[in-house]
Amino acid sequence: MLCDNCHQRDAVVNLTTIENNAVRQLHLCEQCAAERGVETSVATPKHPLGEFLQAVQQQSVPASADAGKCPFCGLTMKDFRATGRMGCARCYITFEPSMRELLRRVHGSPRHTGRPYRPPKDEVLERASVLGELRERLRRAIEQEQFEVAAELRDRIRVLE
Amino acid sequence: MTLDLSLLPDGGVRWLDAAGAHSDVVLSTRVRLARNVDGYAFTGRARDGERLRVLVQLREALQVLPGLNDSFLVRIDELGPGDRALLFERHLVSKELAGLEPQHPLRTGAAVYLSDGLSVMINEEDHVRLQSLQSGFELRAAFAALDRVDRELGGRVPFSYHAEFGYLTACPTNVGTGMRASVLIHLPGLVLTKEIGRVLAGLQQMGLTYRGLYGEGSEVVGNFFQISNQTTLGRSEEDLLDQLIRVVGHVIEREEEARRVLLRDAGYIIEDKLWRAYGTLKYARSLTFDEAMNYLSGVRLAVGLKLIRGLSVYTLNKLLIFSQAAHLSAAEGRSLTESETNLARARYVRRALEEEAGSVG
Repeated sequence: MLCDNCHQRDAVVNLTTIENNAVRQLHLCEQCAAERGVETSVATPKHPLGEFLQAVQQQSVPASADAGKCPFCGLTMKDFRATGRMGCARCYITFEPSMRELLRRVHGSPRHTGRPYRPPKDEVLERASVLGELRERLRRAIEQEQFEVAAELRDRIRVLE
Repeated sequence: MTLDLSLLPDGGVRWLDAAGAHSDVVLSTRVRLARNVDGYAFTGRARDGERLRVLVQLREALQVLPGLNDSFLVRIDELGPGDRALLFERHLVSKELAGLEPQHPLRTGAAVYLSDGLSVMINEEDHVRLQSLQSGFELRAAFAALDRVDRELGGRVPFSYHAEFGYLTACPTNVGTGMRASVLIHLPGLVLTKEIGRVLAGLQQMGLTYRGLYGEGSEVVGNFFQISNQTTLGRSEEDLLDQLIRVVGHVIEREEEARRVLLRDAGYIIEDKLWRAYGTLKYARSLTFDEAMNYLSGVRLAVGLKLIRGLSVYTLNKLLIFSQAAHLSAAEGRSLTESETNLARARYVRRALEEEAGSVG
């Protein structure tokens, strides 16, 4: 369908207006719709990421701080600028000055004031890893029909749980 | 692996039951927390083996977490495309996790732990995406449910955390609380009165943002908007929630005011338009998704204005979910072409409305 106004471009906006209790239907191309002040951008939500990536490009921290790569995952700041994603938790420490600056730009503040995190105690982690191993052995014992071993493993798991 | 969503109460769509506050305007509330398991590269940079170890570690911890009833793990990486689309359409997993985005192919280790009203996406952009879905405008309830599970899980699995920056996430836009709280809101009054542009611009000044029905990158269809906090760092979870509650409360008032104005200034025109929408849904033989969404938006408005009575908001909510392509294919038991989908959709909507037709007037 062609635009009701310019009769040249394809109509992409259906405009329904109510004036003096009369309904009027207009089919407009994007340009003519914009000229009439119709907000067509509603259909394309604004991406917070757009502004964020712009912030990434405008770092004011000296370039030397961004040299090198993350010792854990090997990410470089060049990789980050290309994808907008950090590679691992260690990246935040490796590029800390740049990240602090970036977080301030994106969020208005680099300081977390929400829930503090209490990591699991060492014995919890140890018990979890022992439990994981016992469950794996139990699965193998059942697969190999070693039911006596399985029963013993099951008892040990129950005690730990 | 086969997918059996009947294991969940109401197939995982209890958040559509319209039981929550302001449910004629606000469909649902969603809060999510992004977390990463310490000691592994983030999902996008991890190897298959690392993602599988993350999956095992989280599964072990989730299985013994108290208070998660009727829960079970779905290995998304073992599902076919139809089942993955079904989970996505039901808002139980993101498009990225379902492997439905061309730039994010399906990942080894992608899984979701489903429970009543709560789900844990594993190996999404972050290792852990805990999310809570509630019917209506219920931000505090949604967060409370999530907060408890987050503490329990974080007490068993070590999360990546920085003393100054807070919870660390793959994308710096989620760092800090890792919390994104959003409401799915229906604003036909503001769209019809053309107030919507101003309201949306106002949101951005308040540090909030909006998206379409399916979250990031999705288009606005059927006058449904997802309003959420934009920043996650520098403010507490409670502050972020309070701000969203205040602003969304204000948007609801503006929407209600717009509806009153429409009825007062153009009553019979609106009434005619909305009944036509109902008529189309009731008699059409082929409906595209966008058409169905737009007419459903009209009927929802008519129900809100009490112009159409006897039709429940729950029925309308369910139509939004079950008239989507993967759901129609699942109901027919085979994959459908686009034109077959449009025929099946019209048939499905017609039947659903006929079931309540006796009382509609």
